Amino acid sequence: MGTMSDELLPELHCKELVEIVTDYLEGAMSSAERARFEAHLAICDGCEVYLERMRTVVAISGRLDERVIEPAMKDKLLASFRSWRAPGGRDPVR
Amino acid sequence: MRLARQFVKSEASAEDVLQDAWLGVLAGLEAFEQRSSFRTWFFSIVGNCARKRATKEAKLVPFSTLTDAPDSEPAVAASRFAEAGRWPDHWAEAPSPWPLPDEAALGKELAVVVDRAIEALPAGQREVVTLRDVLGLSAPETCEAVGISEANQRVLLHRGRARVRAALEETLGWAP
Repeated sequence: MGTMSDELLPELHCKELVEIVTDYLEGAMSSAERARFEAHLAICDGCEVYLERMRTVVAISGRLDERVIEPAMKDKLLASFRSWRAPGGRDPVR
Repeated sequence: MRLARQFVKSEASAEDVLQDAWLGVLAGLEAFEQRSSFRTWFFSIVGNCARKRATKEAKLVPFSTLTDAPDSEPAVAASRFAEAGRWPDHWAEAPSPWPLPDEAALGKELAVVVDRAIEALPAGQREVVTLRDVLGLSAPETCEAVGISEANQRVLLHRGRARVRAALEETLGWAP
């Protein structure tokens, strides 16, 4: 693999990359770490796929949202909210 | 509701949690001085009520023991990497892109897999993944709502996402 002549950090292995992939996605890396991460990605298809998988995980999670909330539950909540408001008659949300 | 359900097993308990939370919100509204976003504040109340309730139901280990997570679990099983040879610690068999479905039906199937995987996470990971990836809170908002450090939040998010990814791999394959 490539030389590390002008690299400050040692070359990254796939096994290490998978452990810092969240730091990368979170933007929690120094620029040197980021450069090393991206240098590895550029030469490693497997890690590129791995990163893409992590993005897929996040994307699917983000689509779960509250579509599953049961209508009956919603009604109950609204009812309890209304009954709480009723006695004082004041709108707590103002 | 989603957050509440993460902590308690039954629908009824989750409803109680949410009602408690609403009362907490309403009672505290005057004291709420917008030091944090309403969302963050609201989720921290839901989280607290849910934890209180779950502890009562004895279905949860105290949260403090969960954030420490003494075990260091690898994101990917060590067996996926070459041990020796020319490229040690590189992929033994590189993953190939998932054939992601366009059809709504299969997309729904994957959503169910992810939903179940998140539900099966250890409590700390579950709460962080839910707040961050499902409900879309930012990292600072999540830290504030859960009461943990940025570094801790990142570790829990990392481990949680890795487990969800592993669950998807069971469905979609490693190198399909």
